[in-house]
Parts: sequence; structure tokens; C-alpha cells
Amino acid sequence: MTWLKPSWQSVLAILFCLVAFALGAMSKPEAAALAQPAATIAYPYMGTKALILGLLLIATLVSTVWLAPLAEAIVLFIGAHIAAWLLIRGIAGFEGTALAPYFLALAAAWLLAWRCVALLSSLRPAASGGKTALRLIIPAIFGAWILIIWEAVTRGAGIPFILLPPPSAIGARIANSLPILGADVRQTIFKAVIFGYIVGNLAGFVAAILADRVSFLRRGLLPIGNMVSALPIIGVAPIMVMWFGFDWQSKAAVVIIMTFFPMLVNTVAGLAASGHMERDLMRTYASGYWPTLLKLRLPAAAPFIFNALKINSTLALIGAIVAEFFGTPVVGMGFRISTEVGRMNIDMVWAEIAVAALAGSVFYGVVALFERAVTFWHPSVRGG
Amino acid sequence: MDSFRSKIVPVSSILAGVVVLWYVFAVILNTPFQRDLDRRANENPGAVEFIGKTLSQPKPTLPAPHQVAVNFFENTFLRSITSSRSLVYNAWVTLSSTLLGFAFGTALGIVIAVGIVHVATLDRSLMPWIIASQTIPILAVAPMIIVVLAAVGITGLIPKALISTYLSFFPVAVGMVKGLRSPEITHLDLMHTYNASASQTFWKLRVPASVPFLFTSMKVAVAASLVGAIVGELPTGAVAGIGAKLLSGAYYSQTIDIWSALVAGSVVAALLVMVVGIAGRLVDRAMGGRPA
Repeated sequence: MTWLKPSWQSVLAILFCLVAFALGAMSKPEAAALAQPAATIAYPYMGTKALILGLLLIATLVSTVWLAPLAEAIVLFIGAHIAAWLLIRGIAGFEGTALAPYFLALAAAWLLAWRCVALLSSLRPAASGGKTALRLIIPAIFGAWILIIWEAVTRGAGIPFILLPPPSAIGARIANSLPILGADVRQTIFKAVIFGYIVGNLAGFVAAILADRVSFLRRGLLPIGNMVSALPIIGVAPIMVMWFGFDWQSKAAVVIIMTFFPMLVNTVAGLAASGHMERDLMRTYASGYWPTLLKLRLPAAAPFIFNALKINSTLALIGAIVAEFFGTPVVGMGFRISTEVGRMNIDMVWAEIAVAALAGSVFYGVVALFERAVTFWHPSVRGG
Repeated sequence: MDSFRSKIVPVSSILAGVVVLWYVFAVILNTPFQRDLDRRANENPGAVEFIGKTLSQPKPTLPAPHQVAVNFFENTFLRSITSSRSLVYNAWVTLSSTLLGFAFGTALGIVIAVGIVHVATLDRSLMPWIIASQTIPILAVAPMIIVVLAAVGITGLIPKALISTYLSFFPVAVGMVKGLRSPEITHLDLMHTYNASASQTFWKLRVPASVPFLFTSMKVAVAASLVGAIVGELPTGAVAGIGAKLLSGAYYSQTIDIWSALVAGSVVAALLVMVVGIAGRLVDRAMGGRPA
């Protein structure tokens, strides 16, 4: 039996496929057609049912045979995804009619994908390109399966659109309302977030340098800054809306306040990060406060400062969006979310959330790229 | 206690400076409206009287600290705690969903962390998504969760608690992963020489080692879950809670109410973080930790 090596995922997948075969009808129309062989009732999976289950079984059986892990992963990947694609395509037009075998087939395909990911994560490629590819592929498969299961379950079980629209509908909504989404992004991100983010971070940075110069300020500001970071600062949003009006200026003000304290606390901590030896060395060079700051302490503080910039990238988006709940001109992401929820256009809300998620990730990614460029000397970037 | 004494003078003098600045700004910001009022009433008060008036407007642009303090005191201690205007009542409404969400979030975070530490597949596939999930401005989802759950008949505490859960699971999950991985190789090897099973290693080495990390991240999580609860109250149409107080204050321009609700939220946040900190110290002592 050395050429056989079944995993628990493949055993379970085979079991699911066999049970699905035994139960018969994949959907209610098919069950009706089986009950009345004379009548011609259209039902999903007329030709593809055997194909789906057969594909899953074959992929599983191939994977239990002794193969190189990479080949096995590729077989599983192809089998699981073609089966899932056929499943989702077949249910179109028959939403909400799926029976147990449909979900069993879905579960079997998911188990195969899991086995595939398990195999991939046990791989130890020697080339660094292979490592990078794996680091991207494994989470990508996981994310794709969240979408596949979401799509298949919402359509198969006919979950009400209001509750949870399938991802394909959200994608279609995004494609159809690009101008509205673009205007919202311009209002919320390019006006409020960017301005507030830059001003807030600069103010926090300058305050940190001041606090560093005057030790009295540092001892006073640090405990206050630490305490403020635990407070629900987002609550100043209504006050800012009252002071600065409905337009983007009030949102920028909220963003400034939210980003100020993380920057202050992190920069002060970073300025203390350079070692005594290095500072002594600078002193033997007879370098004053400012040259030491520029040439030693700020570079040493860079990881801390970038940490604050990353935290702030998320906080800034949250601040601007939530501040729009309190009053805004008729454009902006927070405005769109709160009004479309009221009109029960849930797919538009999800579209806006998807855009916000994308914007947040891009924002974070840009900051992370800058970090790699600036702190190229840091161990976490050099990879050793 | 030496560091405490060296801090108390700077901290209190900076706080005093903030209060003075606050008064100055209150006078400056309230001046235009007060000028307007005086011109209409054909009054021409002297400077001192004018400043006194700017600090006692009923709906000031920036309320003076003493106005906020008086409002906070009245609504906290003088009102019966069942009144919907009482800050204690509203703080309790927010606090209950905060605590429920915090409990869910901590449990979820711990479960995820245990999964990530023990299942390599999860580590490689789930961890990047957990980190990515926090670059998403998730508070934007709050109104949808509330309204959608209300549409299927789930209202009250649970939807708000879910938002708090989402915000609080992340720090706990990341902190616990770090904590469960904190035992050194030599300690793990020692457990190996004792022929300890995986569950023995987990309960006797990994869990005790992770406790300090757990409490540190719980402090962050409890503050985050309070923010989640407050924002979760916004779309419910101002029924009860600190978020509802903020919203109704914004609708009716009751600036003093907004500020005292903010103070109440800050007090609750500080108390929660303090309680978690004290619990952490007690657990540490009960486990035989020595003060570092």
C-alpha cells in the first residue's frame, strides 16, 4: 500500500461524493422531474451532474496515489475549481432550489482545495521566487474560496438579497456605478483623508520633536498621549461637523485629531530607540542636537514612525467615513453607505465597502512600500 | 513611585495649560455669536461682563469646561439612573454591548490564535487575511450590520456587540499568536524530554507564557470595542447609549450634551482599560509572577 497515501480531506471528500450520488437529485426541479418521468421539466445540471461528481472523485483518487506534492496540488487545484465553477454556473436561473447533494459537492470541492493549500504550505521551495509565489498563492486560494462559498451558498440556498447579496451581484454593481463610486472616493479620500492625514501626521511629528527637545513636555505629554489613544476620539466628529461645516473640512479635522496622538506617541518612542553607544559616538564627533537628530536618531526612529503611519492610514479612513454619518454634502463614502442602507440597496453598500477596503489596502500598501525604501537597513526588511 | 512623582508635575501642569487654553478658545469661538446677540438686544457690556456671557451661553460653539463639568455632574449624579437623560443609564447601555462584544472578540481571537499556532495551513492562508481585514475601514459596515440584522428581526444588543467583536478580535488574535509562540526552543525541547504530549505542552508551557501578551492586547481590544459600540449606536436612530447621545446632541445643537457624553465615554474607556490592567496584574500574581 505504499503507493497510496490518503489524507483525511480526500477520504471525507470521497464520502461526500458517494453520499451525493446516493441521494440523487441535486435540486428541487430535478426531484420533480424524477418523480414524473413523463413530463419534461427543465432542471439544473442536466448534463453536468455526473461530470461534477466524477471530476471531484477522479481528482480525489488521483491525489491519493503517490505523486510529487506539487503535481498533486495542481491536480487538486484544477479539479476543485472546475467543479466549483460548474456548480455555480449550473444553479443560475434556479436560485434557492438546491438540495443536500449540491452542498455536499460544494463541501467536497472545498475539502480538495483545503488539501491543495495544505500541500502547498508544506512545500519548501529553494528558489526565493518560488517562496514569494507561494506566499501569494496560498492566501489567494483561501480568499477565492471565501468568495466561492459565499456565492454558492447565497445562490444555492436562495438567501434574500437584502441579507447578503452574492459577490457577483456586488461586482456587477461596482461595474455599473463607477462614476458615483469615483465621486465618493474623490470627496472622502482625495479631499478629506489625504489632507487630514498629512496635516495630522506632520503635527504629531513636530509635537514629538518639541517633546523630545523639552523633557518637561515629554514627561507630561507621553502619559496623556497614551491615555488619549484608548479614548473613543471618533466622538469629536459631531463637534467638528458643527464647527467646520458639512463639507470635507470637518472630516479632515476629525482625521487630524485621530492621527495626531498615534504619531506623537510612536515618534517619541522611536526617538528613544537609538542606543547609548551610538549616541556617545555622535558626541565624540562633537555633533550637536540637530545633526545627531538628523543623522542618527530620526533614521533609528523610522520603523516606529512608519508603524504610526500604517496605524493612521486605517484610522484616517475610519475617521472620515464615520464623520460623514453626522452630516455631509450629498456625496462621499460614508454618506452613500448610510443613505443606501436606508433605501435597502444593500448591493450598493457592499460595493462601497469593497471600494473602501481596496482603498484602505492600497493606502496601507503604499505606506509599506515607502517603509521598505526608507528603512532598507532594518532587519525585518533585509530578511535576516 | 519615583517615576510617578516625576510625572505628576508635568502631567498636571500640561492639563492645567489645556484647561486655560480651552477657556481662551471658548471666549474666542463664542464671541461672534455673543456680539450678534448683544447687537440685537442693543446692549453694550463691558469686557468682563462680555467674557462672562460668552462662557455661559446655552448652546455655545465651544462650551467652557465648567459648563461641561456641571452638565456631566447633573446628568451623572443628580438624575435617577433609569431616566433616559441620565449619563449613567446611557453609559450602561453602551457598556453592556461593549462587554458582550469584547467577550465574543476575545474568545474568537483566542480560538483563531490557537488554530493558527497549531495548523500550518491556517497560518499560511488565514494570517494574511486577518492582517488585511484590519486595513479595511470596517466601521463603515456598522450601519449595514445594524439595519440588515434588524430586517431579519435581530435588534438590541447583539448587532452592536458584533461590531465590537470585529474590532476587538484582531488585537487579541495577533497578541495571542505572538504569546503562544513566545516560549523559547529550549523550553519546548525541555517539554519534549519530559515526553509531554501536545496538549500538555499547550496547557503547561504555551498558555502560561501567553498570558502577559493576552492582557496587553486585551487592553487595546477593550478600547476598540467601546469605539465599535459607540459607532454601532449611530444608525439605530438615537435610542440610547453614548453614541445616541452624541447623535441627538448633534441634531439639536446641544453642544454641552455632546461634550459631557464625550467625557462619559472617556471615563468609561479609562475605567475599562484600568480594570483589564488590574485583572492582568492579579492573574500575573496568582500565577506566581514576580514584579520585573
